[in-house]
Amino acid sequence: MADVQLRKLVKRYDEVEAVRGIDLDIADHEFVVLVGPSGCGKTTTLRMIAGLEEITDGDIRIAGEVVNDIPPKDRDIAMVFQNYALYPHMTVTENMSFGLRLKRFAQEVIAGRVSEAAQILDIRELLERKPRQLSGGQRQRVAMGRAIVRHAKVFLFDEPLSNLDAKLRVQMRTEIKKLHLRLRTTTVYVTHDQVEAMTLADRVVVMNNGRIEQAGAPTELYASPRTRFVAGFIGSPAMNFIPCVLEQAAGALRVAIPGGPSFDVPGDRTARYAASAGRKLLLGLRPEHVTEPGGAEHPSVQAFETVLEVTEPMGMETLVYFPMAGTQVCGRVDPGAGAMPNKRMTLVADMRHMHLIDEESGLVL
Amino acid sequence: MSTATATPGAAPPRGSMKQNRRWALIWSYVFLSIFAAFFLLPPIYMFITSLKTSAEVSAATTPWWVHNPTLDNYKALLTSREFMIFFRNSVVVSTCVVIITMLISILAAFSLARMKFWGSATLATGVFLTYLVPDTLLFIPLFKIFAWLHEVTDIQFINRWWMLIILYPTLTVPFCTWIMIGYFASIPKELDEAAIMDGASYMQVLTRIFIPVALPGIIAATIFAFTVSWAQFLYPLAFTTSTDQLLLPVGIVTTLIKGDVFNWGQIMTGALLGALPPLVIYAFLMDYYIAGLTAGATKG
Ligand SMILES: Nc1ncnc2c1ncn2[C@@H]1O[C@H](COP(=O)(O)OP(=O)(O)OP(=O)(O)O)[C@@H](O)[C@H]1O
Ligand SMILES: [Mg+2]
Repeated sequence: MADVQLRKLVKRYDEVEAVRGIDLDIADHEFVVLVGPSGCGKTTTLRMIAGLEEITDGDIRIAGEVVNDIPPKDRDIAMVFQNYALYPHMTVTENMSFGLRLKRFAQEVIAGRVSEAAQILDIRELLERKPRQLSGGQRQRVAMGRAIVRHAKVFLFDEPLSNLDAKLRVQMRTEIKKLHLRLRTTTVYVTHDQVEAMTLADRVVVMNNGRIEQAGAPTELYASPRTRFVAGFIGSPAMNFIPCVLEQAAGALRVAIPGGPSFDVPGDRTARYAASAGRKLLLGLRPEHVTEPGGAEHPSVQAFETVLEVTEPMGMETLVYFPMAGTQVCGRVDPGAGAMPNKRMTLVADMRHMHLIDEESGLVL
Repeated sequence: MSTATATPGAAPPRGSMKQNRRWALIWSYVFLSIFAAFFLLPPIYMFITSLKTSAEVSAATTPWWVHNPTLDNYKALLTSREFMIFFRNSVVVSTCVVIITMLISILAAFSLARMKFWGSATLATGVFLTYLVPDTLLFIPLFKIFAWLHEVTDIQFINRWWMLIILYPTLTVPFCTWIMIGYFASIPKELDEAAIMDGASYMQVLTRIFIPVALPGIIAATIFAFTVSWAQFLYPLAFTTSTDQLLLPVGIVTTLIKGDVFNWGQIMTGALLGALPPLVIYAFLMDYYIAGLTAGATKG
């Protein structure tokens, strides 16, 4: 097991710069998830760590050693591919033991490790089968088994669950988490699914356009995004961005929404936002902070009236959509609150969780 | 699959599907029969003729029936020292050519399909273009080359049966390489990457992953190489002349046609016996070939 460090990592293909200078420290035992939209350079970064892609510039260190020029087989890294890449002509046992056999491990060691992995992954009945006789989920397990038996320093996963159906994906997600809690191997996991990222990661790294937008614990990214991109990318349904003007009024600040309500900025934020008073900004509010009134409220939870456009009952909650300052705003209310389309309703905005975003720089103030 | 539907509503389409299938089968049989007749008549004719005496061949009886069947032709050939030499020459040449061809084309195809290097794409196209040059255009330049080699090295190449082992791969390697490039290119890139992550060298990726996975392609290429070198007529005709240096196809024709006397019975017998080895090899390898094909098809 080992830590991994990326220093000013750059990958340039002929015309495109896929990765544009990434700095990242991955601690020993850490589970890091790279997440971001398609084409943002996640796979490229992962493949550079694996050694399958030459790096254009920068350094990669594994366990303190610069591995830029070390071939993949000497990096002691195991990788799980999106399409599993099981060897079609080998049985499950042979698939899992291939790496160990190449390295000439003793028969007993190989047998021991394969049966250990088979037990962890619950694939003991499948050991004699060929990949084509396995279901998608079983192939997925075998692919992970192939990584486990190696006892490698680092695990790399490239969208390992994206070929599975929704239910199996949730199940395997839990399995991967359990696996990591048990083995504690340093893991870099790539996905474009932010739910997968949030649920699995010790630390989520949000990438966009070849750069890291923000890296942090899932709750940290969720509660305090640093850029508009991260604020909009993390969370489902996505954060609302409402055009507004930050007004100064008698030592306090107010967020005025054109043609809509105004909200007082909580007192503890005054100092933070004071410099931006008078500017046009975006008010960022997550749907769960736009909800029905719930009796004795904190003063920062402020009511407003609106006419609902669309409602989506989800069972445990109802999503409501209504227009505000030219955008559609999403709120989450209790199913018992009687939300219906075209109904005039009083909602509250919890301004303790507000974000103000400078539209030009894309930064959260 | 066509009998799997059970709902009453699905009955009419099911019936028409069955009928559809029946018509497809009928037409298949019609055309396959025409095809089979077309291609099987010559061998049958050869077989019938091989059982006839020279007298009966030249007699004005129907060519499709033997009145006095005899095995003399077979006895004559199988006890002929010349025929045995031709046969041995052909077997040695074809076996060596198959081995050389497969060694070269598998290695070439692997590097052209997988190891991206400067000019690899151009080379791959070049390999195929080479195959498009007809061998009839090549034998005169090749003859010149070997004559020149003789001058330089003082080794006699012309009129030596073993030199065909060097010569035939120029015919077989391009096409076999091209087949193998196709097979190797169809293997997903992740498979070799997984093997490399597992610690395999390029050579191990080739021997442990590519060759087993592309076995149907290798067998197809092997059959092709064997057929080409076994049946090649022009090159041995041009490059070998002495009786003890001849290969089977040329040997049969040159020794059994004396002036304008055609020994038809023996020519046909020789041709039939000569066609036997490829037949045996097809039958033997076809099982593996088809097994490999269907294994690939259900891989999913
Ligand atoms: N071999 C290549 N040659 C040229 N450009 C490439 C190559 N591989 C990737 N790219 C480009 O690099 C950029 C990043 O690609 P990458 O595969 O890392 O994206 P990703 O984040 O994994 O996206 P996805 O979620 O779709 O898998 C893309 O713009 C892509 O077009
Ligand atoms: Mg990718």
